[in-house]
This record gives sequence, structure tokens and C-alpha cells, in this order.
Amino acid sequence: MSDAPVVRIGAGDASPLRTARELWMYRDLFSALGVRDLRLRYRQTALGVAWVVLQPLLAAGIFSFVFGRIAKVPTDGQPYLLFSLAALIGWNFFSSVLTRASTSLIQNPQLVTRVYFPRLILPLAVVPAAFVDLLVTVAAFVVILFAQGRAPVATFIALPLVVLLFGALALGTGFAAAALAVRYRDVQYLLPVAIQMALYASPVAYSASAVPARWMQLYYLNPLAAPIELMRWSLLGTPAPAFNHLAYSIAAALTLWLAGTWIFRRIEQSFADEI
Amino acid sequence: MKSDTVAIRADGLGKSYRIGGGPRATTLAERLVNAVRHPFGRGAGEIFWALRDASFEIPRGQAVGIIGRNGAGKSTMLKLLSRITTPTTGWAELHGRVGSLIEVGTGFHPELTGRENVYLNGAILGMRRHEVTRRFDEIVDFAGIERFIDTPVKRYSSGMYMRLAFAVASSLDAEILVIDEVLAVGDLEFQRKCLGKMGEVAGAGRTVLFVSHSLHAISTLTSRTLVLDGGRIAFDGTTTDGLAFYRALQAAGADSAHAYRAPSGRSGVHLVDGRVVTSISDGQQRHGEPLAFDFTLDVPEPVSQLCFSVHVMDETDRAVCHFWIYGDGPSFRNATGRFNVRIDVPKFRLVMGRYTITVWVTDRATHNIFEHLTNLCPFEVTMDGLTRPDYEWSPDYMVYAEDYSYGVTRA
Repeated sequence: MSDAPVVRIGAGDASPLRTARELWMYRDLFSALGVRDLRLRYRQTALGVAWVVLQPLLAAGIFSFVFGRIAKVPTDGQPYLLFSLAALIGWNFFSSVLTRASTSLIQNPQLVTRVYFPRLILPLAVVPAAFVDLLVTVAAFVVILFAQGRAPVATFIALPLVVLLFGALALGTGFAAAALAVRYRDVQYLLPVAIQMALYASPVAYSASAVPARWMQLYYLNPLAAPIELMRWSLLGTPAPAFNHLAYSIAAALTLWLAGTWIFRRIEQSFADEI
Repeated sequence: MKSDTVAIRADGLGKSYRIGGGPRATTLAERLVNAVRHPFGRGAGEIFWALRDASFEIPRGQAVGIIGRNGAGKSTMLKLLSRITTPTTGWAELHGRVGSLIEVGTGFHPELTGRENVYLNGAILGMRRHEVTRRFDEIVDFAGIERFIDTPVKRYSSGMYMRLAFAVASSLDAEILVIDEVLAVGDLEFQRKCLGKMGEVAGAGRTVLFVSHSLHAISTLTSRTLVLDGGRIAFDGTTTDGLAFYRALQAAGADSAHAYRAPSGRSGVHLVDGRVVTSISDGQQRHGEPLAFDFTLDVPEPVSQLCFSVHVMDETDRAVCHFWIYGDGPSFRNATGRFNVRIDVPKFRLVMGRYTITVWVTDRATHNIFEHLTNLCPFEVTMDGLTRPDYEWSPDYMVYAEDYSYGVTRA
């Protein structure tokens, strides 16, 4: 109660600086919402954790069968299960942050219409739960690695940076999707389809090296392609993506982040009237 | 007024909504089609001003009431000042931390325990975690639910739920409190407790903006009152004068007010119209004869536990009769469309006097309030024709007259 902040209400102000300051002021709300999601997810503890591990393992298993056994796609010399699981760790983090962020506003109409807080908190607050899921899957991955008589490679240290890149890509897109979903109801139905399509356009089930050389430039326009290769490099020591492809993805992440927050803040003012 | 003593300053505050003019695109697909068809067109439509040109200054420490008839702009004013929505015109300055209690229990999750919800709800209201921790015992104590604090709130009775929710809200340490109808929850005893707590707040030098339908609460808690009418501030002055102004306003509008019709531009789950069917004529009801209420309800999206309830209020704003429609029976549950809701009272026994009704449309699952309309459908009960030799009927003689028979035998 020491300082008395002056809040000015008017049509269309809110500078980015003020938004940033408010996000910081409301940091406890971020953690409270994150803790809520985690509690709800892991409340039935045994099943909660098991599901988090099983889901990517099942996906990797199916990929192993279809792509590894039947289609026999090249895996840069890795066992197919580890090869696809490594990519799925990054992919699942991306898709889970994006999906949950996109519905974070429309699933909390009572928060949006009844109380004020910086709205960006809602899509941001989906990250802790997705991050814990990621940690659990990485732990499972390491266990499998050891079971196969291997040890984690040195590039493991780079994992946090790779995760950061996925997070930035997912949140940038997620901010825009969350705001657009308030205005346009079909966004929540279109997005899962788009994510599903992106899965096959990304080197998750196969190696990017399997893509014909003449398509390579086009293929790497997908900003997820290089980060997934990078994830595999970090977890398994497979070849790293080319520097220019990676630089492109980082630039894309920054652009998406800026564009996403811009769209979000543009629509933000009418959330309570439209939701 | 010197700026260091001002808590709230508003200048030309206004909020408009676009209504009609063809539906706005609600899907991306529609939006794209529209963009192709009318590349430069922006749907014309009508502009509806929910609040217009509101200018006022509230000094630090003052408790101000906001009253007005349904659709006068009270909720819009609250939503603007608590920053839930942004103004179309004008600006306002709030000096100090603002706590807004538009609803209690916002964000409560049924699967979480009382303790977990206290922290979550506190954070939603803008409290820091250590503040919640510091006041935790006080909150639990005020709510009176020590034994159940680690039980998921889905097992709470609705009274316990509301008590806990109010307890968190009232522990908010804000310099400016914006309060809406929080008193409308819980049992009578708890309402009294809340009223006491708010009186404490208002007396503790905090600035309070209080919107209520209860003139009684306004008169006890505030010294100054803004009366809104048709989206404008129609009166700004002492509460005593404000209440008189408001009563006169109500009386002036009463002639045409036997029926209610929703203001244009109303969306979401809402009451479209409502009327009272009295036994003698428009607004005149004879004691003991049939009475009916007739409503039309618009439900654009399905609500799983939609509840419709009607209070009959007497002249002192006391609820004397309650009709509620909930449970799995009513067809407006989990359905969309317009529904006619009729309540028939075969023998209406309230004693002579003037009555109005209050209508609530709520979701029992989320405690979301879609409608809370007061002073609807005024009617008068007469007891003429019901002769009772030697004794005159008088309004304060009783609340209602029951049928009875008697027997006197020698013991």
C-alpha cells in the first residue's frame, strides 16, 4: 500500500511498457494459474503422470511401426523409437502450449468479464503445466536411453535453449490464436487441423535429410523444421540443422512473438464485450 | 480539488456498442467471405450508448453509491472503472490500487480445495501471494469453514461457497473498492455480516464505489450517490437527496412499467419480457385470487444448470415470496432458443400493499449471474370485497393471510 499508482483509463492506450509492468505486478497470478493447471492435471497422481509419459510413447510407437517398420524411413542411424520420441518431446511441447493458449481466453469467460488483470497472463499461464509435462517426458526419454545402454550426449546442455525456441514459436502463435478465437469462433476448430498438418510437414516422423534436395528451401520455410532437428541434435547427437535454417527459425519466432502480442493487444480491449 | 486528495476523476466517460446492422462476422470464414464481398464496407448498424458523458470526481475516503433503473448504465460504469472494458470516449484516473468485486468467487474451481481456491482467487483479485498468506487465518475465520478448508469446494454447500468467496474478496487491501451487488448472496445472517464488513471498509478511509439495488444498503453505507438514468448521470449529490430523486424517477416511469421489455441491444442469456397477470385489471390484484407471471427468456447458448427465480418484494424491499425454477425438469436447460416461462399462483395471499418483483437468471454450476432485474412489474394487492366485520385491514397487520379453520371445544 506504500505507493499509489495512478491508473489512467482511456480509449486505446496501454503502452507496451505499461503492459510489461503490469504483467510483473501480476506475476503471482501467473504462478497461481500455473499451479491450478498442474494440480488439476496431476491430482489423480498415478494416472496423470502415466498419461503424460504414455501419450508420446504411444505416438512414437505408432510412428515406429508405420514409418520405421513399414515405410523404413531413414533415421540418421538412430533406433526409430528414440529418433521419433526425441522430436515428439519438442513437438508436443509446442502443440500443447499453442492449443491451450489458443483456448485460454474463451475457456475462462468469467475471468475476462468479471475482473481485470493483464489478459496476456492467461495464454502465458499455460506454459508451466506444459513445461512439467516436457520434463516428465525428457526423464522417460533418458530412462529409455539408459535401458539401451547409452548415456545422454553432451549437447543435452543446450536443451533449455531449444525448449525456449519452441516456447517462443508456440506462444507467439498462441497469443494471436487466443485473441482471434474470441472474435471468430471457428479458430478453435481450425487450429487443431492446422497443427495436425504441421506435424507431417515437420521432420518428426522422418528425418529432414529424407526430403529431396530441390524441395529443401521450401521445406525449411516451416519455422518448426530446424528446431525439431535441433531438438534431436540436443537429445541424440544427430547432425545439427544448417545455421541459416536455424537463424530463419529464430527470426520467425521473434516475428511471431511480436505479431502475436500486437494482434492480442489490438483485440484485447474488446474481449469483455465479445467473449 | 487538489490532486493528492482525489481518488477517482472521470471526464466525459462513455461507452457505446454497435447494435443491429446485420450480424457481425463471428467466424473467420464469414469474415473472409465478407471481406471479398464488401471490401470497403463496414456494417452500418445503430450505435447504442450504454454510458455517456460521465464526469465526476471522488475524493479519497468517500463512499459513493451508484443507483439507477435496469439498463441505466450501472454495470457499464463499474466495468469501465474496474478496467474490464475500455471506454469509447473520455478518460478516468484512478489514484491508488483498485479492487473490484463485480462478483465473488471468480475463478473458483470446484475440484480444488478451499485453501487452494483462496490462493487462486486472491491472485485473480490482484493480491500477492504473501498477502493471502498473511490474511489466510482471518479469511477462513470470517467464512467460518475451518473444518472444510482442505475439502474440494464442489462438496461445499452454496452458502459455504459464498461465505468463503466473500471472505477472500473482502480481505482485499485496495485503496479504491468497486463493489457490485455482492450483498445479494448468501443467507440473511451472512448478508448482515457482509454489510457490517463493508461499513467497516467504508469507515476505514477507503474510497468505495458501491452499486446496489438495495436502497437500504446504499443509505447505510454511502454519503454520496450518483443516480444514472438512460446512460447519463442524472443526479450527483448527497445520498438522502439521491434516494429521493431516484424514487421520484421510479414513480414517474411507473405508469408504463407493469410490463418489462429488455433494452435493445441486449445479448447473451437474458429476459426478453416479463409481465404480471393480475386478477382485476392492469396492476390490480385482489387478495386470494389467482395471479400469474409471464416471462420470455432468450437462451442463445446452452447452460447446463440454468436457474430462473422470481422474488416478490414488498415496499420495504424485503423478499416476501420466492418462486424458483431449476433442477433437471425445465426445458430451457442445456438448450437454446426462446422459452416462455409462466408461474401460476392459484391463490395469491399476500396482504394489501404494493409489490414488485426481482428476477434472477443464473447458472448454478458457475454461479454466473445472467440477469438480476429489480423493481419489475409493480402491482398492488387490495383486500376490498373481503369483508371482515369490526376490523379494518391494514398493510402492516401481517405479511400474508392464510386460510384456516378453527375448532373450539370444552377441554
